[in-house]
Amino acid sequence: MTEAPIKDLRLVYDRYIRYLFLASAILMSVIVLSILFFMGQQGLQTFREVSPAEFFLSTKWDPLDEKFGAASFIVGSVYAAFLAVLFGGPLGLAGALFMAKVAPKRVRDLMRPANDLYVAIPSVVYGYLGLTVLVPFLRDELKLGMGFGLFAAGLILGIMILPTVISISEDALRSVPPSLEEASVALGATRWQTIWHVLIPTALPGILTAVILGLARAIGETMAVQMVIGNTPLLAKSLFSPTATLTSEIVVEMGNAPFNSAYGNSLFLMALVLLVISLLLIVAIRGLIRKGETI
Amino acid sequence: MSAKQWDRVVTGLLWGAGLLIIGVLALFLGYILFKGLPVLSASFIFGPSSDVSAGGGVGAQLFNTFYILFLSLLVAAPVAVGAGIYLAEYSARGRLADLIRLSVECLASVPSIVLGLFGMILFINLMGFGISLGVGAMTLALMNLPIIVRVTEETLKTVPREYREASLALGATKWQTIARVVLPAALPGIVTGVTLTAGRAVGETAILIFTAGTTASRLIPDFSLAAGGETLAVHMWYVMAIGLVPDRVDIANGTGALLILVILTFNLILASSTKHLRKWLTGM
Repeated sequence: MTEAPIKDLRLVYDRYIRYLFLASAILMSVIVLSILFFMGQQGLQTFREVSPAEFFLSTKWDPLDEKFGAASFIVGSVYAAFLAVLFGGPLGLAGALFMAKVAPKRVRDLMRPANDLYVAIPSVVYGYLGLTVLVPFLRDELKLGMGFGLFAAGLILGIMILPTVISISEDALRSVPPSLEEASVALGATRWQTIWHVLIPTALPGILTAVILGLARAIGETMAVQMVIGNTPLLAKSLFSPTATLTSEIVVEMGNAPFNSAYGNSLFLMALVLLVISLLLIVAIRGLIRKGETI
Repeated sequence: MSAKQWDRVVTGLLWGAGLLIIGVLALFLGYILFKGLPVLSASFIFGPSSDVSAGGGVGAQLFNTFYILFLSLLVAAPVAVGAGIYLAEYSARGRLADLIRLSVECLASVPSIVLGLFGMILFINLMGFGISLGVGAMTLALMNLPIIVRVTEETLKTVPREYREASLALGATKWQTIARVVLPAALPGIVTGVTLTAGRAVGETAILIFTAGTTASRLIPDFSLAAGGETLAVHMWYVMAIGLVPDRVDIANGTGALLILVILTFNLILASSTKHLRKWLTGM
């Protein structure tokens, strides 16, 4: 009989601790919803003073003159992110193929920590390298305008998304069943033919996931872009002329914008646009994974 | 070109890509260390920073970096591990688990500047705190959450089912099984995840500019949560973007080298500790 209360206590613990874990788990959803809610609530107030058409379509941004057209920032963000994928995507995929199929074990053992370090380097350090090495190089050696601009941002971002593209596409390449490859090799295909005709098509959903995640990282990256983009609220005239992106503009202007003014709110609306783009990309990846499972 | 020649060309190209990837990294790290190591002196690493004159250090920023990191992990880790346990042990499938997993993925993809603005609305404008170290740590915790949840869930799933069955068969309750069998077996993986998170959070800037701020306390170390919470990464950005000090390039070089050293240390710990930790915890 003396053991009974102890046993009961055990069971009571067992029952209630479950709710603690459940609460922690639900907190994740609560946080995401509150981010959406607060960004939405603050950002959408912009439309009380600025029309959606002006915000999304006008490139005239002049807070002193009450002009809040964010089109050049949206174009800048999208452009820089696509350039990043253009630079980082093929190189990342090649790196993943190299790691998965070509590299001897020793080199592979070097690639993995290298990949981790790429992730770990702070974005200000990337930005600083861009600012002190890449931009002067573009400007003084190659004579490409001021050096600041979309090209510099795209190149730095391309390097920053490398680890994302490499690690996820490598996983995808590795999960291709060996029997498929063996069948291809047995038919007399070379390694490249096997990669091109068997490996890549089979791993395609995973590779696309890697590229989209890279795109998401590029579009949300702030510090590195801010340091090399030139921070001029104008539509880019060329790849080498100063412009701005959503993230860089928020960082530069948030300190000056009074909270609850049209100026401040329009910056929150820009953050909301970023948030919606990232969430849409996540939904796209979910769709891809589901498609990958049905094949 | 024949298929064989073509194959050789492509193999060469893939080698080129691999070497380029390693080479660029080596160049980056080498450049930052080459520029920054000469700046590192005791008075730079531990001294107070200066707003206008040359010769300022980064002592307060260095302390803030680790203090904010520690606080943010202190807030995030218990909640995130709890959520990971729920997903792995209590509700592997089902609508609610799917919703939570989707939320974790979404949270992981929220750009850090957006998290920073969210922290600013929530903690500063709604709750009335000032821009401070404490607010920065709370906001940074939001970024740490999803990674730790995911790592915890993945690691718990790799613990063999037989472990749980053996424990349950001996009459242990589910919670006893989790606390005494599953968690110890998964701890090396979870610690790896937390270290990984720490390595990422240490260089985070965009989240902290508008929450922890760009000023640091005159006191070193200052444990007050209400103090200015400028970290190394924020300092590096601030002196280059806005700073007025004449030796800002030196300061940025030194801060960069310091950050890289911190990150290299984290990665070394990560690479070497997990093996020992696993041995020590599981006795295998």
